[in-house]
Amino acid sequence: MSDPDAFRADTRAWLETNCPPEMRTPMKGEKDVCWGGRNFEFQSEAQKKWLGAMAARGWTVPDWPSAYGGGGLSAAETKILKEEMAAIGARSPLTSFGISMLGPALLKYGTEEQKKHFLTQIARGEIRWCQGYSEPGAGSDLAGLQTKCEDKGDHWLVNGQKVWTSYADQCDWIFCLVRTSTESKHGGISFLLFDMASPGVSTKPILLTSGYSPFCETFFDDVKVPKDQVVGEVNKGWDVAKYLLGHEREMISGMGLGGSGDALGKAVGGVEDALLRAEIADFDVDSLAFAAMSERFIDQLKAGDAHPAFPSVMKYAGTELNKRRYELMMAAGGSNALEWESEASRGGKLAREWLRTKANSIEGGTSEIQLGIVAKHILRLPGA
Amino acid sequence: MMTLNDDQRMLADTVAPFMADEGAIAKQLRHWRDTGCKDGFGHGLWKQLAELGLTGILIPEAHGGAGLGQVEANVVLEEIGKNLTPSPFLTTAVAAVRALQDTAQAERWFPGIAAGVTVAALAIDEGKRHDPTGTALAATRQGNGFSLSGTKQFVVHGGSADVILVAARTAGSAGEKDGITLFAVPKDASGLTIDNQTLTDASKAARLTLDNVSLDADAVVGEVDGGWSPLSRALDAGRTGAASELTGVAAGAAEMTFDYLRQRKQFGKLIGEFQVLQHRAAHLYGEIEISRAAALKAAQLLDGGDDKATLMVAVAKAKAAKVARLSVQEGVQMHGGIGMTDEHDIGFYMKRQAVLDELFGGQRFHAAEVAALSGY
Repeated sequence: MSDPDAFRADTRAWLETNCPPEMRTPMKGEKDVCWGGRNFEFQSEAQKKWLGAMAARGWTVPDWPSAYGGGGLSAAETKILKEEMAAIGARSPLTSFGISMLGPALLKYGTEEQKKHFLTQIARGEIRWCQGYSEPGAGSDLAGLQTKCEDKGDHWLVNGQKVWTSYADQCDWIFCLVRTSTESKHGGISFLLFDMASPGVSTKPILLTSGYSPFCETFFDDVKVPKDQVVGEVNKGWDVAKYLLGHEREMISGMGLGGSGDALGKAVGGVEDALLRAEIADFDVDSLAFAAMSERFIDQLKAGDAHPAFPSVMKYAGTELNKRRYELMMAAGGSNALEWESEASRGGKLAREWLRTKANSIEGGTSEIQLGIVAKHILRLPGA
Repeated sequence: MMTLNDDQRMLADTVAPFMADEGAIAKQLRHWRDTGCKDGFGHGLWKQLAELGLTGILIPEAHGGAGLGQVEANVVLEEIGKNLTPSPFLTTAVAAVRALQDTAQAERWFPGIAAGVTVAALAIDEGKRHDPTGTALAATRQGNGFSLSGTKQFVVHGGSADVILVAARTAGSAGEKDGITLFAVPKDASGLTIDNQTLTDASKAARLTLDNVSLDADAVVGEVDGGWSPLSRALDAGRTGAASELTGVAAGAAEMTFDYLRQRKQFGKLIGEFQVLQHRAAHLYGEIEISRAAALKAAQLLDGGDDKATLMVAVAKAKAAKVARLSVQEGVQMHGGIGMTDEHDIGFYMKRQAVLDELFGGQRFHAAEVAALSGY
């Protein structure tokens, strides 16, 4: 980096000019998140303008190479940008699985053409991606997946079913694990990209305990996919899948931080109950200590000395913490928090979020799967 | 950056093998316990630590020290924790040095500490609970100096110390930070009775009785009525150091336990093959990493003079206490019957954890600090 102070000053000035005032207020909910994509309806002109300005500068993905639509910033510069954005309360201009999951996998395993084409679209928020991993018979045992992908000479033919596909009904493209060989369990999987508008793709939302449907069942019935849309080598998709899972777990572990960075005891307001207050203080110790590990992990990643299985430690700790946070918030809310539809409870907002957190320790690999990975790859326990 | 720099790594690479060898349980902790040593540690090792430049790690270079910070002190303390190496490093080289720095007393005591010939202790607690603002031991004006009367307990290394830093009240009332004064009391002060006690972990801590102990005005460390300043410096450093030592205790016990899981056979299998134990081991591993990161963060904030340091110090000490307790309990349980014997070392970890948890305030004291500092 040339001069950190100069970069900070330039960044601050640019943000001051380009970040609309409406984009400097806290998001009120899911609807304020900008997911991008072909079907995305901007909530405001400000939201659209903010995405446009950041994308033009490559700052939706500041540390990706500029050749692929990124900002080409160093780790230190990226940190400064994030600090300056946080300082003015700037919202994230774009949230997507393309950025947090597919992008890193393409950067590592994609061909030059794939990187130029797909990464640039992701950076601009043009295509919204979903993840086709789990199947009805392949949850924790993900490599047992059966979605069939046949080589038909000039194209692939895909048949099968995925489940827990986040926002499949709103997404444009899917990154999907498919079986290209039955000769080997892990060695018969390929990593395929295709358009959700392809003939033969259909989705069906799943109603959850929270009353929301963030996930779908996704069906493939004779879906034709161009041959050049495999990432990495055919039958070596498990490597890509695992690499991407590491990034997914990092992303999910972020929920352990709880957003505001405030102590929970402060966030929930006055806690008169002494026993609950003690539990919350105990939680805040764990939460603030976890935040330190998160910060350290990011620095270790940048320095290249993070253990490859460490995202499992982060994911396990972060999600268990988040579940505990919501248990305590519900306890602090008492019977007010139980109202499902009232105005006072903002439509049961907390209760619905509380229920949603129960998936945290399931999605992206269960807590038990993460513990198994740590036992095997870090502790090297026998037979793990 | 929350990673160690090259110099800090080199320090760790020097200290780790030294503690594993010279500071090993058989050579130090078990040896001194079984020979009934009145200090609970070896002066030879204290001298060796001085030769490595460690006793003066926080002492400014102008006073013959290394002029390093809390991060470096914590590197040493984690290795001390892993090996349960008994020494006055935490009390003298970390907490007492921080209390004395930038005061008129520094010149008098720093050379001896840097040379590994002086031991300093802190006398803060007056009851069974750590409560520094509750300091009530009375210091009244007497001529040009002061007269101190009252009692102290849990004065770690108090029976071996050349000087004891005693927190006393010169104004205000118990519960107030203002009005506390810190005094450097020589071990042979008239009216001072030192009742040296052996603690659960075979370390030594004294109960003190001060009966009209007369001190000159120059015995005051820092300012009269302003003792909270040196005292809180000592506590921040001591608590952060204790968090690292506890992390070391947790890591040492866990390493021993994980090794056992890889060796012990039952039902014709290595017990580490049982998923129920694998998951508990993996959970423990993650908790130790969190504890280590929290201690590092607290140390970095202290070294940087950050306003948020005190909150993170409380977080680190509470977290380390929880994690070390988990580690030693899992350690003893997973070792089974052998873990209950005096012959096996795992039990020493449990005993050390209990003492370090209480030192400078236990887990719940610091959880309450986190709540208070966060405004609830």
